[in-house]
Amino acid sequence: MSALLNIKGMSHYFGGLKAVSNFNYEVPSGVIYGLIGPNGSGKTTTFNLITGIYTPTEGKIFFEDKDITGQKPYKIVQAGIARTFQNLRIFSSLTALENIKIAKHFSSKSSIASSILRLPSFLKEEKSTKRDSLELLELMHLANRADEAAKNLPYGELRRLEIARALATKPKLILLDEPAAGMNPKEVDELMNLITRIRKEFNVTIFLIEHHMKVVMGICEYIKVIDFGETIAEGLPEVVAKDAKVLEAYLGKRGA
Amino acid sequence: MGSIFNAQQVVNGLQVGSIYALIALGYTMVYGIVRLINFAHGDFYMLGAYAAYAAFFVFNSLFVGKTGLVAFFVLIASMAAGGIIAMLANRLAYRPLRYKPKLSSLITAIGVSMFLEYFFSALPIVGPSYRSFPDIIPRVNINLGSATISNYVVIDILVAAVLMIGLTLLVKKSTLGKAMRAVSQDKDAARLMGIDIEKVISFTFLIGGAFAGAAGLLAGMTYPRIVPYMGIQPGLKAFIAAVLGGIGNIPGAVLGAYIMGLAETFASAYNSLIGEGIAFAILILVLLIRPTGLLGEKIADKI
Amino acid sequence: MAKIKLPKFPKFLMAAVVFYLVIQGLYTTGIMNGYLLHIINQSLIYVILAVSLNLINGITGQFSLGHMAFAGVGAYVSGTITTLIFKINPSTPGGIWIFIGAILVGGLVAGVVGFLIGFPSLRLKGDYLAIVTMGFGEIIRTIFNNIDYVGGPRGLLGIPMYSNFTVIFIATVLTVIIIRNLVQSSHGRAMLSIRENELAAELVGINTTKYKVLAFVIGAFFAGIAGGLFAHLLQLAHPTQFGFLKSTEVLIMIYVGGVGSLTGSIIAAFGLTFLSEGLRIGIRALADATNLPIGGEWRMVVYALLLIFIMLFRTEGIMGTKESKLLKLEEVD
Repeated sequence: MSALLNIKGMSHYFGGLKAVSNFNYEVPSGVIYGLIGPNGSGKTTTFNLITGIYTPTEGKIFFEDKDITGQKPYKIVQAGIARTFQNLRIFSSLTALENIKIAKHFSSKSSIASSILRLPSFLKEEKSTKRDSLELLELMHLANRADEAAKNLPYGELRRLEIARALATKPKLILLDEPAAGMNPKEVDELMNLITRIRKEFNVTIFLIEHHMKVVMGICEYIKVIDFGETIAEGLPEVVAKDAKVLEAYLGKRGA
Repeated sequence: MGSIFNAQQVVNGLQVGSIYALIALGYTMVYGIVRLINFAHGDFYMLGAYAAYAAFFVFNSLFVGKTGLVAFFVLIASMAAGGIIAMLANRLAYRPLRYKPKLSSLITAIGVSMFLEYFFSALPIVGPSYRSFPDIIPRVNINLGSATISNYVVIDILVAAVLMIGLTLLVKKSTLGKAMRAVSQDKDAARLMGIDIEKVISFTFLIGGAFAGAAGLLAGMTYPRIVPYMGIQPGLKAFIAAVLGGIGNIPGAVLGAYIMGLAETFASAYNSLIGEGIAFAILILVLLIRPTGLLGEKIADKI
Repeated sequence: MAKIKLPKFPKFLMAAVVFYLVIQGLYTTGIMNGYLLHIINQSLIYVILAVSLNLINGITGQFSLGHMAFAGVGAYVSGTITTLIFKINPSTPGGIWIFIGAILVGGLVAGVVGFLIGFPSLRLKGDYLAIVTMGFGEIIRTIFNNIDYVGGPRGLLGIPMYSNFTVIFIATVLTVIIIRNLVQSSHGRAMLSIRENELAAELVGINTTKYKVLAFVIGAFFAGIAGGLFAHLLQLAHPTQFGFLKSTEVLIMIYVGGVGSLTGSIIAAFGLTFLSEGLRIGIRALADATNLPIGGEWRMVVYALLLIFIMLFRTEGIMGTKESKLLKLEEVD
């Protein structure tokens, strides 16, 4: 079975600075993958490259065997890859429900004319969008916040909302960028349950950037470690954790 | 009829470019330090021209016949007017919004610009009509081979050059100049180093405004008429010049200004309509092809 | 017993009809004079301008500074059709249809211009976009100033007076309804998401370029309609009516009213137009009473101070981003 996401020889330079170097990755369907590495190692850049925010200087990205290298982000999202952000990017002055509805927009069929004229087909679609969005909020335990402006939500719920919004695009692959950042231990446990639950309930492959080792060790089935844009180890979590190069990257030469 | 690219036009282009350079420098310095396009900058130029006008009549009656002395004081007056108004605008209108969304500052700048233009055209002493500007220094024609140029061309280029050299020395050699560069690059780091950010910003506005004021004096002398709306077009063109050179980049502003001056002069000689539009054509080309400008650097946004 | 819930949509229409009947009644019976009606007409046209600019700036978050240039396109195109090509006047039989057609064509051409300007410009960030739109606005104004066929610097004169209260009112109501319906729909939410966080919008599958251009084109279209109506009300189109400072007046309206609130734009359009007239009268009276040369420019000084004041002390304007109940469409359940 060919991989869901297949990255071949991807490198990216910002001017003279090499951010990502010869990145090769095959992500099969249905797994929870982890991408870890010290700060500045190129993890978020990798996500940005996959989702089309940057076009890689070299290399190719294949999703479901189709070449998506250099495509515009919105097209990549429509093809089935969703993501969350390290620094939350919620639509702050809109309600939680509206945040979700927007993620369902691209799959709607109503034309602009039918929405201006309030045709029955448009009204029907608005109804079903609202219903589906509320359902999603319920699944993520956010239904009580549906009509609240997003900026009023506490941090933990905002992180959940962003994940919910990503799921609303019905992705096959979801990229989570440091979802546990800023969470207390109880929230981290809830997050881990949530991620495992999502994988099953939404039938989605998960690719995760995380610093929280508990999360990485706890739910990732396969890990890739990068430093200075280069892969320094990959494999099963238990194996990688003991890898000397990895320990050196995180702890310095003497800490290994 | 000879080519438009003759010596006469080159000289004219450099003259116009000198005036644009003085204005563009203010735009670029302010943008470099607070990332604000100060829409009101062209109006500091206007105020410099009017201050020079008023100062001329005062000092001319005080120091009758001493042209050099009068000219000196008039220059000081124009720079003081431009600089002080700039500092006031910063203190009253821009500083309160420093840490709010940038759009608010931009709109406020538009408001300040509108205010200055309409306020001065509403004032009975000033009025909305054109006013002719006196010859502060007697006009003399100089023959340079096939071309005949006015001494004002030399004055414009020289005054601008002197001011620009002064600025370069300030930015490169003085502590204040170092502080300005630090704040431009990283406000937070500069603050942590003990630099008083607001003082540096205030000073930047002062210099930028002063240069614009000087440009207003030169323009008033050269063209020679003034009106409260005189800052709109040159302001816009000088801004485009700053963008062309790389907004935030001081040598870039100068480079962009001279290119703009020359381009405009050649284009106008060819066809006046194209001359009017060349500035916008340059803007559109720059923003579409190389938004960071000729000498600018790419500012990477962390996503 | 089942409660009959009236959908809110006709509420706006009903209020509008009431407003129309009242004003028309007052005018026809002579209680209201032509001058006041003229101010109301101008206010309504400013409503169209403000609401269309709000779609671009407030809803979609794109900073456009050259809005009046689109109005200028509409004014000149429609004026050319009625005055220079068809040479109609209010008594020409069937002239009303040529007028309506001319207004629509004016709007369409303005929309096309909006596309031509918007498409390349909209990838620029906030302040750069502002400058480019301002620049384009000035270019358009300069073009009109230099085309002798439409009067050049003298402007296009002798445009037939076809804009009356009824026509303007219908156009305004239609504009508000169309833009409101657009905003309170899935497409409107897409535009809002661009304002809120453009990158995130792109990353939930929204073609942000398409929606930015769309907002621009629709905004330009309605501005063109407004321009055409203006030209046929004042009976002239002149380059000075469509420059940057005029665009700023509309900008002030949407900021005073509350960027992102259509209700706010309507309130501010009426409020500022009336304020403007009031200032004009007041200044004239003051000048006459004191015998001092107080010029009309003081009116604009007040405007400018108003803008600065709003920015410094109440950035969200009168309405913030809220809409009045009259304009909120019913939620579909």
